Amino acid sequence: MIRTEEMLLNVGPQHPSTHGVLRLLVKVDGERIVETEPVIGYLHRGTEKLAEDLTYTQIIPYTDRMDYLSAMTNNYAVVHATEKLMGLEIPERAEFLRVIVMELNRVASHLVWMGTYLLDIGAMSPFLYAFRDREQILDLFNELCGARLTYNYMRVGGVKWDAPKDWIGKVDHFVSYMQKQMKEYHQLVTGNEIFIQRTKGIGVYDQETAINFALSGANLRVTGLNWDLRKDAPYSIYEQFTFDVPVGEVGDLYQKYLCRMKEIDESLKIVAQAVANFPSEGKIMGKVPRVLRVPEGEVYVGIESPRGELGCHIVSKGKDKPWRIKFRRPSFYNLQILPTLLKDENLSNLVAILGGIDIVLGEVDG
Amino acid sequence: MSEEQKKPPVRPKPAAKKVEQKPLPPSPKQPVVDELVALLRRNFGESAIVEGYINQPNDHLPTILISREKWLEILTFLRNEESLHFTYLQNASAIDYETHLEVVYHLHDLNRKERIAVKVKLDREHAVLPSASSLFAAANWNEREMYDLMGIQFTDHPELKRILLPDDWVGHPLRKDYEAFDEGV
Repeated sequence: MIRTEEMLLNVGPQHPSTHGVLRLLVKVDGERIVETEPVIGYLHRGTEKLAEDLTYTQIIPYTDRMDYLSAMTNNYAVVHATEKLMGLEIPERAEFLRVIVMELNRVASHLVWMGTYLLDIGAMSPFLYAFRDREQILDLFNELCGARLTYNYMRVGGVKWDAPKDWIGKVDHFVSYMQKQMKEYHQLVTGNEIFIQRTKGIGVYDQETAINFALSGANLRVTGLNWDLRKDAPYSIYEQFTFDVPVGEVGDLYQKYLCRMKEIDESLKIVAQAVANFPSEGKIMGKVPRVLRVPEGEVYVGIESPRGELGCHIVSKGKDKPWRIKFRRPSFYNLQILPTLLKDENLSNLVAILGGIDIVLGEVDG
Repeated sequence: MSEEQKKPPVRPKPAAKKVEQKPLPPSPKQPVVDELVALLRRNFGESAIVEGYINQPNDHLPTILISREKWLEILTFLRNEESLHFTYLQNASAIDYETHLEVVYHLHDLNRKERIAVKVKLDREHAVLPSASSLFAAANWNEREMYDLMGIQFTDHPELKRILLPDDWVGHPLRKDYEAFDEGV
């Protein structure tokens, strides 16, 4: 009989596989994980408290810094909630621009996830491929709004910058380029024997657990539930586009990968449709007073960010600043299931399971 | 002269507020909230529900304000009752209104695609609420966050300690009367 002893293993906060500053206190018995305690908050900047002293327009750049891999959707969450409370009409051209940038951002975000995830489990080259293609999206954004990551692009009532000359053409070109690239990714990764060994049947959970933990995004859909807020609680102009919601069956890591790869395909489909139907002219800002006074009331809206349901809850007392603003940060919800998933797992699966959740620490800590 | 005198009174307050008050055609969701309030009052007594209304700007969201004593019982009912089945904790927020605190849980039934907001009012000095973490696994960290930032004590919570701020932090920052400990630095 081999005698084993429990040991406390500290992972992070500075560790390449924690994707930021996440600390995990892992109690291991041999190579078996007994207990995990995530320690978060290293990146807490008090966005919600700061926002109480800011006007609605000033809040937008702060949201860029929450989920910094998908700042466009963050911009949209706060702008959309404010517009809902004010009952604003948004010009069509602005809505098209919003959808195009949000879906491109989803592609960029999933590419980062794919690259870093494979890096986590030992594949070096997909990372370089993914970042090469993501760079093209960042270049497009740079041309549109002058920033590569923190865009501060949307405004209450529309968007800040109109598409430059030929920009839509460049987006169209990128979509067809990326659709070709997807085949390359599938050749490179999808059938890889080692990758399948590391992910198939690992980190499995069922639908009931997922709902109980209020998971969202690919983490929820991988259990077979068809739930996408773009379809199930439509916002913006998503109802105009045809796209599918990829779902999994078993809820393991391999299917999460497939789900996210298919989501890239679907996002590209949406962008292609938006480019084809892009209004040739029109305003990019609706009729909005210079100083935004949001009528008294309360609103909660959730939108589908690359990581899941990103919600914004605003309580207004009729001033130019929110009385209280709360962000439902999908990574915060999704990370919570980690101790359950890791229980009795082999230590070697820790990084694979953590990476599969796709967290952004800026968002976890708020 | 008389024209100039007429102009100023138009300016002071935005007219939007008054317009917001006026158009109140009954919401298509009104029967939903009426039915729900009646059902809950039948099961938990007249005083269990303080009020139920429709939050019109928020896509006609049915909202019910629950009395503090019946909070957990009613949440259990909303989650487990076959016809309601609000199993998905969409969002949990706490708000400091200066006169009192308010906790809001947004619940979702993913099958029927029905949403509901449940609220409870708490005393600022004595903010105690039974924890819902045994009902919704997602409530665990959310309640820790509310404790950390808003200073609400959740009884029977498995691990009620600070989550975003350091353990030795003083005060609860999202309270409106919070003063930073190192102010002036």
